[in-house]
Amino acid sequence: MNDPLIIAGKSYSSRLLVGTGKYKDFAETREALDASGAEIVTVAIRRTNLGQNANEPNLLDAVPMSKFTYLPNTAGCYTADDAVRTLRLARELLDGHSLVKLEVLGDPQSLYPNVIETIAAAKTLVAEGFQVMVYTSDDPIIAKQLEDIGCVAIMPLASLIGSGMGILNPWNLQLIMDRVSVPVIVDAGVGTASDAAIAMELGCAGVLMNTAIAGAQRPVLMASAMKKATAAGREAYLAGRMPKKLYSASPSSPTAGIIASVRS
Amino acid sequence: MITVFINGAARQLTHNCSIAAMIEELGYTGKRIALERNGDIVPRSLYAEKTLTDGDKLEIVVAVGGG
Repeated sequence: MNDPLIIAGKSYSSRLLVGTGKYKDFAETREALDASGAEIVTVAIRRTNLGQNANEPNLLDAVPMSKFTYLPNTAGCYTADDAVRTLRLARELLDGHSLVKLEVLGDPQSLYPNVIETIAAAKTLVAEGFQVMVYTSDDPIIAKQLEDIGCVAIMPLASLIGSGMGILNPWNLQLIMDRVSVPVIVDAGVGTASDAAIAMELGCAGVLMNTAIAGAQRPVLMASAMKKATAAGREAYLAGRMPKKLYSASPSSPTAGIIASVRS
Repeated sequence: MITVFINGAARQLTHNCSIAAMIEELGYTGKRIALERNGDIVPRSLYAEKTLTDGDKLEIVVAVGGG
């Protein structure tokens, strides 16, 4: 089925976006990415380790930019200024690549987004020509404001980053999708395959996850499960589920032609 | 000699040292890095012509695994 995810005018066949952090090594990272089928992968921007041998293996070798669309993030940034500087560095690092993931966090315990700083950063980045996919709270009004600023995808949390708590407020995700026309991608909180399926069944355009895969006992197998769950949830959404009702009163087998009772 | 701060650590460099020369000394020549000086990006194409000044604050970054 041809059902591409379109972000900033570019088509992607996978609706699963994955992070590249927390894996055992680069080999496992690559194996999990391949099993997930993801095309867009998030990366972090960090200081070089000055004490380290500059020839050590690096992410770019294991996850080549020719095969994956890099989505540099601003993880760890708590101010708009730090987030903007990080993404300017990312654009220089990645040869002018402008598709980025903006996240400005509120506190280190919850990693909950600071929407005020996020909005400020989004305005600057959009003005500078970045294509901003933005991590935010599940507040529908903020989501709409971020779209109005010019963000190319709205990425509300389903629950806190790294919590694996699943889709805690499907109603708010629905409110966001009712108001926003750019892709809505659940970012953060997915714990297992059914969570990804639920997000997609709700009508989300995609799901982004890292810990749910990297933190599984067998990350590569979980990556495969997430690929299927995301695709299955999408198909179920497109198929249109049957209405829920307490009683059926409508059996699946014919009511005519049932054999007669021999007791009279 | 001048003192610059690379990723927060002080480092002594010769007077009029270019960014390209510093990059070479750090072993990063040809590596995919990005560099910011005193809050502003320095494009790779300018490394050879830009010289460092005493007290410059430099950030040198790479892409790493992250979610």
